Amino acid sequence: MLRRLTFLSAAITVAASMGSPAFGYMVYVSNEKDNTVTVIDSTTMEVVRTVDVGQRPRGITISHDGKFIYLCASDDDTIEIIDTATYEIVGSLPSGPDPELFVLSPDGKTLYVANEDDNLVTVIDLESKSVVTEVPVGVEPEGMGISPDGKALVNTSETTNMAHFIDTETHEITDNVLVDSRPRFAEFKPDNSEVWVSAEIGGTVSVIDNARREVKHKITFEIPGLRAEAIQPVGVRITADGKKAYVALGPANRVAVVNAETYEVEKYVLVGQRVWQLAFTPDQKTIISTNGVSNDITFIDVATDEPIQSVTVGALPWGVVVNPN
Amino acid sequence: MPRFLLLFTSALLAVASLSSAIAQESLPAPAEETATAKQVSEIKLGYLRAYAPQLALSVLDVPPRDEGIAGAKVAIGDNNTTGRFLGQKFTLEMAEVKPDADVVPAFTEMVSKGVLYILADLSATQLLSIADLARDRGVLIFNVGATDDRLREEDCRANVFHTAATRTMLADGLAQYLIWKQWRRWVLVYGSHEPDRLFADALRRAATRFGGEIIAEKEFTDTGTARRTDTGVVQIQRQMPVFTQDFPDHDVLLVADESEVFGTYVPFRTWIPRPVAGTAGLIPSTWHPASEQWGGTQIQNRFAKANGRRMLSKDMAAWTAARIVGDAATRTQSADPEKLAAFIRADDFSIAAFKGQRLTFRKWNWQLRQPIFLGDGRSVVSTSPQEGFLHQVSELDTLGIDQPETQCELE
Repeated sequence: MLRRLTFLSAAITVAASMGSPAFGYMVYVSNEKDNTVTVIDSTTMEVVRTVDVGQRPRGITISHDGKFIYLCASDDDTIEIIDTATYEIVGSLPSGPDPELFVLSPDGKTLYVANEDDNLVTVIDLESKSVVTEVPVGVEPEGMGISPDGKALVNTSETTNMAHFIDTETHEITDNVLVDSRPRFAEFKPDNSEVWVSAEIGGTVSVIDNARREVKHKITFEIPGLRAEAIQPVGVRITADGKKAYVALGPANRVAVVNAETYEVEKYVLVGQRVWQLAFTPDQKTIISTNGVSNDITFIDVATDEPIQSVTVGALPWGVVVNPN
Repeated sequence: MPRFLLLFTSALLAVASLSSAIAQESLPAPAEETATAKQVSEIKLGYLRAYAPQLALSVLDVPPRDEGIAGAKVAIGDNNTTGRFLGQKFTLEMAEVKPDADVVPAFTEMVSKGVLYILADLSATQLLSIADLARDRGVLIFNVGATDDRLREEDCRANVFHTAATRTMLADGLAQYLIWKQWRRWVLVYGSHEPDRLFADALRRAATRFGGEIIAEKEFTDTGTARRTDTGVVQIQRQMPVFTQDFPDHDVLLVADESEVFGTYVPFRTWIPRPVAGTAGLIPSTWHPASEQWGGTQIQNRFAKANGRRMLSKDMAAWTAARIVGDAATRTQSADPEKLAAFIRADDFSIAAFKGQRLTFRKWNWQLRQPIFLGDGRSVVSTSPQEGFLHQVSELDTLGIDQPETQCELE
């Protein structure tokens, strides 16, 4: 962390002098259409590398030590493991067909994968690279969230329209909470108190009380001049202090900034076309959106909620993750 | 073409018979336990259809035997996967009559079995023969097959919902794209049967509405030609250019041939080289077997796995109808028909059906608003409404007869 802070203070000068080697956080973006992962330096906001990967890369995450990227290669029915030092594909995980999204357990040992075609959540042990168990869920499992204490896993099923709470000890469903149409993403608050579930077609974010397992609030969005059908919430991220949330609004081309305590929408940040997923840099100073149709990503300043810069990546950027180191 | 056929015969066909048999009750083992633990309520749907084998000009266009029903079965499976969390079980009764036959006995029998939600794939006349009987018995009908505008206009009914699109919706979806392309000058060839004339009417209306111009039109009279005659193609290659020779210059040739008499023979055989659209060439539809946008891959995979073929428009209309009932039961957490009906009729009702936005009903005639796919038989070319066609309520209302023009008066 210290190293990071010293670096950041020097970053501006580094960025200013063109051609300097880049040492910011590495941002990895999966490009659904052209089967690549784009690597961007968060300080210079420049593309440093493009990695060829499997077909239709979508969900992307990273090991807690920052050494391995896990990537859903949906059309290859596999999860690829990419070494962040060499950018070589060093292995794969048994994902089941058409993996789209997954979540890593807080201890970094288990990967939970949504298998859309089979109505299953697959639990994978990362060390042995083997399937621990499969949990039957609703139709078209998609969003995956895990509580920071590691106890509750939430899967959203897009046609059943539920958030399924799965006990990570027993791998049994304990609660099913109805949400709005096509729930896409589940994000816990850092204090485990709430899980936020976006509904793409319903146009809402349901705030579910994690203790009572009930919807306690529904966040709606309204953008002047835009018809309601175009507002389709997908990716959700909540700041580490639990005070602010960002919601990607799909074809509304904006990221909503929500006060995570009052649930009021405070701002809509115009980014690029069809905003899908979001990721913070580890210092929480920047949040990055993937804009599928405009083939770029946008860096947003978390302090001011102003867009800083958009960077062209590959075709149809889908997911994004930032190296913790 | 061999690629296409292989796919059907080899991998999937083997799965087909098995999967479709269990589609209604495809509950994984843990589900049974959960279901029995709770009080299970049963919600019975029915599928009532008129069917006779149909010929088509291309063997690829012959409707599959289970067209529509296959979509309903997949939806019943989806409803049951959800239902196992809530103690709800969905079943599907099926009945078939001949086209133009009396459908009342089959309807009565279905209702006597406790079916309160009927997916109807019937002619307009057949549907109207049961609509009021259904109303008196508290039965909701979902029209999944008939595209006739009159069922939503002068012959509309308060208990008949339409998940199939109308001819005017299809024609408007196509016309918007042609206007967007700036291909405004059209000629029209229409068939001599009633459905062909109705679609031709819809195309003429669309031209007036969006600024297209039909500068000439011609009827292609059905003289009783056999479809798919071995040597027929030789003659067609000579006949079609001559038939289209006297048209003035145009941007697009429109075809209205729902009866499969000549439409497929028009593309690539016209006198001057022009694109063809309508029931041949660029075709408007409520679903496309190759649509993978908006999560479409998932329903397509699920459908293909269960049925061993690709999903067609009628399959999607039936899937959507059965899902509407399922979603109503899920959200009301009830099997009470009055609660379900009230939910479906509510102002904020919407359903997700892989078309990129929530679909809602036009409350003045219970037509489901939906985008229209434009496809060439191989892939999706575009989806309407097109950019720039605006509407004060919903852009989807730029497709088909809108509220100010409607002749429907619901009781």
